[in-house]
This record gives sequence, C-alpha cells and structure tokens, in this order.
Amino acid sequence: MFLFQYWQRVALAGLIAAFAPQVFAAPADPAPQASAAPIWPKVRNSLFGTRAIDENAGEIIVLEAPNRAEDASTVPIAIRTKIAQSPTRYVQKLYLLVDNNPSPIAAVFELTPDSGRADIETRIRIEQYTDVRAIAELNDGSLYMASHYVKASGGCSAPAGKDPKEALRNAGRIKFRVDGPLEAGKPAAVQLAISHPNASGLVLDQVSRLYEPAYYVRKLSVRYGDKLVLSADIDFSISENPNFRFYFLPSGDGALHADVVDTKDLSFSSEVAFKLGGVASTTR
Amino acid sequence: MTQPQAGWQSTLASTVLLAGTLLTQATAAPDFGLEKVAEGIYVHRGQQQDATAANGGDIANIGYIVGDRCVAVIDSGGSLAIGTALRDAIRRAAAKPVCYLIHTHVHPDHSFGDAAFKDPATVFVAHGEYPAALAARRDGFLAKLESTLGAAADGSGSASPTLLVSDRETLDLGNRRLRLQAWPTAHTNNDLTVLDERTQTLWTGDLLFVDRIPVVDGRALGWLKVMAALRALKPAHLIPGHGPAQHDADIAFGPQQQYLDQLVSSVRAALKARSTLAQTVDTLGNQPPQKAWLLFNDYHRRNVTAVYTELEWED
Repeated sequence: MFLFQYWQRVALAGLIAAFAPQVFAAPADPAPQASAAPIWPKVRNSLFGTRAIDENAGEIIVLEAPNRAEDASTVPIAIRTKIAQSPTRYVQKLYLLVDNNPSPIAAVFELTPDSGRADIETRIRIEQYTDVRAIAELNDGSLYMASHYVKASGGCSAPAGKDPKEALRNAGRIKFRVDGPLEAGKPAAVQLAISHPNASGLVLDQVSRLYEPAYYVRKLSVRYGDKLVLSADIDFSISENPNFRFYFLPSGDGALHADVVDTKDLSFSSEVAFKLGGVASTTR
Repeated sequence: MTQPQAGWQSTLASTVLLAGTLLTQATAAPDFGLEKVAEGIYVHRGQQQDATAANGGDIANIGYIVGDRCVAVIDSGGSLAIGTALRDAIRRAAAKPVCYLIHTHVHPDHSFGDAAFKDPATVFVAHGEYPAALAARRDGFLAKLESTLGAAADGSGSASPTLLVSDRETLDLGNRRLRLQAWPTAHTNNDLTVLDERTQTLWTGDLLFVDRIPVVDGRALGWLKVMAALRALKPAHLIPGHGPAQHDADIAFGPQQQYLDQLVSSVRAALKARSTLAQTVDTLGNQPPQKAWLLFNDYHRRNVTAVYTELEWED
C-alpha cells in the first residue's frame, strides 16, 4: 500500500529505464503470481547477465522469512550461509531482492574472510505478495540463490512510517553492539541499528499538494582496524531504523567502526570497543 | 429476604426501562442500524471483521451528533456506499445540514465514505498530522479496497480535510458544543477525539477498541498515556471505533489497558533477554491471550512487531 504508486512511478521507472525499455503495470490484484513476477528476469539480467545461478542451493544459502508479513513495514528476514569464510573460498556478496517492491534491490552486501560468517539479519518493507530472494556470490564468481514467498498482510497494515516526525528528529542515532564473550578466531555477533526514516518520501500528492523527497540510508560500512567486515548499498525497501545483525572475526582486543551515509550526504559514525573474553559491549 | 427482594425490584425496574428504551427506538424507526447512545447522538456499528466483499467494508463505528443549527458527522465509513447510507439516514432523521465531517484518524474503514458528504457547507475536520499520513497511504488504501470490493469500491476514498486541529478546537452545532482534541501519537499519529459537552459523550475513534483486538499503528507507550488522559475526562458515554458503546470509562478501557500493558512488559523482557525480532514474534505471537479478542490471530503478531521496534530504542 505504502506509496505504491510512488514506487511505481519513480523507483520502478528508474530501474526499468536503466535496464529495460518496457513499462510494467502494477498488478491490480495483490494476489499471488509472485513466482512468475515479471520483474525477476529483468533484475536477474541487470545484476548477473547470463551467469548461471544455482537455485537449489540449500547447502550453501538459506533465507528465513515469515510466510506472512505481519507488519508490512517491518518484516524480519535472515540470510544464512553454510560455508566457512576462508581466505580461499568465501561469500563475497549477498544480494537481497524483493521482487514486487517497485525498488526490488533492497540491499547488496559485501563481505570478506574477516566477516567470519556470511550471515545477515535485517528487516524489510513488503507491500504486496512477493518472492524475496537472497543470492550469494562467492569469490570464485559462482552464484547461489534461496527464495521465500511472503504474503502481505491485510487490514490497515501499511509500510509507511508510523511517526515520520519522530523518525526525522532521531535520524542518525546509532546503536552498535558486539555480543560476547569473544574468542580469537571465532565469529562474533554484531548488531548495528541506525535510527533513520529510511523513507521513499512522497511525490507531490495531487490532493494535499504535499511533497517530500526520498530520504534513506544509502551506504554503510563496518571496519575492524583497517579490515573491512561488512559494507552495504541499501535503499528504502529496508525498514525504517535500518537494523543489521552480522558477524566479524576478532583476533584480539580492539574496536569496530561503523560509517553510515544517507541520501542527503549526511554521515554518521559509531565505534564499539571490545576485549577478548569480555561480555557484550555497546555504543550508540 | 431483603436482598433478593431488592434484586427483584431492580430487575423489574430495568425491564420496564428496557421496554421503554425499545419503544423509543421503535418510534424513532432506527435507520441504517443507527443506535441512539445519548440525546442527539447516533451510531451505526460496523461489523467486528476485516473488510470483505461480503461486509462491503462496513467494519467501523460511524455516526452523528445533532445540534440546533446543524449536524456533525463523525467518520464516514469504509466505502462510498456506507457514507451515502449514513448521509441519507441523517437526511431522513434530521432536517438539518451537515456542517462538519470530523475524522477520528486516517484509517480507510473510517474515512472512505467521504465523497458522500462533499458539500460546500460541510467542513472536513481532522488532526494536523492527518494530511501527510493520508498522502502516504491514500493510493495503497485505495488499491487494497479495490482488490477487496471490486467495482463496489468505485467512488470511495478519503478527502483532504480543510480544518486541521493540532491541539484543541471547539465546534458549535447550535446550542451544542463539541470539544475536539488532537493527541500525540497513540493508535496512529493522527488521533482526534470528540467530546459532546451536553451529554459528556466521548467519541474515541480507534483510541478505544471494544472486543476487537487493538491495533498499534502508532506507539503503545503513547497510547497508554492518552488512555489515562481519556479516562480522566470521566465521560458518561463512550463510542469506540469498534465494538458497542460504553457507559463507564474504566470498564471500557480496562481490557485494552491490560492488553497493551502486557504487550509492553513482555516485549521489554524479550529485549532484555536479547531476543531478536523474529524470535520475539515467534514466542509472544503464539502466547494465548488473556482475553479472547476478536481478530487476535490477524493482528497480535503485528502488534508484537510494532511494539518491539518502538521499545528497542527506549533505553
């Protein structure tokens, strides 16, 4: 429901303009058909060309998502991979796609062997019945996909922000946490929560004459000393107050540093220091 | 023997009263299912369901208040057909113009009949945050209604308000003053209540759900504060957004208060235990309710999600 027409007009139009000279009509009925969603071949072609994607890759990648979007503005998903992040073979990128969101590419994550484990949890907006896809790209270029069909909830559920003014007031606040006890060489869980509207904004509403530009986090990166742990390009298919759980590989006492940049080119950063054996460390 | 006798008498008395009420209603020929809640105040009760083709989107309480000079309509219903039925019933019952259409909040089950009241003499009133909330949701709400009702949705939709209330406002219907109050984010970020001074009837919109599970589309903590303020008004009658009219604020708000308190405390405990959102929805979403709320399975997990994302920033 949320700004669907807007998404169509702007986001989808942008994607289509970039990748295909064809215009899609919004399905009038939000009922299924997602696995036959016409957008997937376009997105696939734009991101991966004709490269093979293993779609039966449960031993490499799993996508956890609810069968029904209880709150369409906040649908928790988890991408879990099953190969060790060794320097010779590791997941280099994770793509998170939501077919029927008019901006289907929700996030592209970049990972390294220092990520320890290529697992990511986040929350996404889902308007309509849709396939959600997670695609892992290994450092050898091979591709593996997991997907999950999610039904959008009914009623007054809408992916719009519940209190946009409040969200704007708090933009840029960061909660950054490492869960201990930490052991050298053992992947440790990290949570990065960014207070931000992460909204697609409004086009000029013909009736109210209201206009609001899009405002969302577009890039984030997390470093451990000079080593990259995680970076991501994201957009407004990620829920308000973008929230990420991921891993890193500690080798000694140190600190994680996060940098976040939004579409107004405002940047926010946060650091969390930790000690091996220590319990959880939090910074915000 | 005194006690049973007293009980007998009061039962007899209420039977007589009940008969009297029924008689009054019969002579007033209730139209469009309109019930008289207090003098000059009539409510059409929506069904305790989600919108379907079968119920035509008639799921919210809507109605009107009659003054000497004119009528104020409160919420227009879930479709043009429902708004039109209310308008026609008002025309038959009260030969007075509709001077105000007051919106209790932005949800479509309360406002999609707006077009029935389009008239230069009718001022559309809403909370100051209503226009932005509507602009963000209008197209989506309409698409949803069209997919539910098909052609029966034609002409339905919410109109933009022309009188915005950011704090308080008093409207005069002619010898009858309505006190409007705009609240901070609670059920939504645009909740507006109407208090009829004469009968002390409080029209709560969806700040009060009776029997149907409350839905958090704003903030649970804000809602709990607003509920306390509404109870402090000590209204004689309350008209909830969903469910039957009430005549005691403490009884009316009790179950909702308990539900939201419980939701807040259980989500706080989950956050403290470092439970993720998905884990929390799994755990709390499947806990049996203390009260058998209608539509519990449709909205409880959603409420857990909303409250989790609200509370995870509170410390």
